[in-house]
Amino acid sequence: MMMKVTVLAFGIARELTGTSQTELDLPEGATAAAVRAALEARYEQLKKLSTYALAVNSMYAQPDTGVKDGDEIAIIPPVSGG
Amino acid sequence: MTDIQLYDQPINVDACIRSVMSPECGGIDVFIGTVRNATKGRQVVRLEFEGYAPMAISEMQQIAGEMQRLWPVIHVVMHHRTGALAVGEVPVVIAVAAAHRAAAFEACRYAIDTLKRTVPIWKKEVYADGEIWIGAHP
Repeated sequence: MMMKVTVLAFGIARELTGTSQTELDLPEGATAAAVRAALEARYEQLKKLSTYALAVNSMYAQPDTGVKDGDEIAIIPPVSGG
Repeated sequence: MTDIQLYDQPINVDACIRSVMSPECGGIDVFIGTVRNATKGRQVVRLEFEGYAPMAISEMQQIAGEMQRLWPVIHVVMHHRTGALAVGEVPVVIAVAAAHRAAAFEACRYAIDTLKRTVPIWKKEVYADGEIWIGAHP
């Protein structure tokens, strides 16, 4: 079974991927680490970033954070508000 | 009272301060971020701020919750702007009111320091001859 998630990209990640929103198909039971691998396979440019975090449904994710069908994933490059 | 907002309009600094004033508070500490005209000798033309709104709000709410857990603060206002800001404009205002000044000073410092580390807002510095996403480069 495959599932579909929405991926949002911000800041330099939006510019590197050339998109602010896309969808990703993942095997059921995928983790945030699998999302990262799938994103870097599709957008090799992301590897240029020294570091970036992922959020699942507006919460910072750990590599083993689970992902469900319909979740909203965000690519979070180093933040610089304030 | 806690008032957390992210928007693309000018921040009314006066209104932020007035809204944390109350009879039980003896001190208000305010942090006002302003757009500086240069970084490392390069002249800045403007800053462009972008935020992931729902997560930015929830991260700021977590910061406000921690402030209230760690210090006896009574009122917290945290407003952040998005969009293009010219030199001298105000991207962020944090106002903290407490019965005594120590809590207000410390909690306000904690709020801006944590915001800069955790809240998903990004700024691009635009110079006369180029632009850089701050923090994104090794």
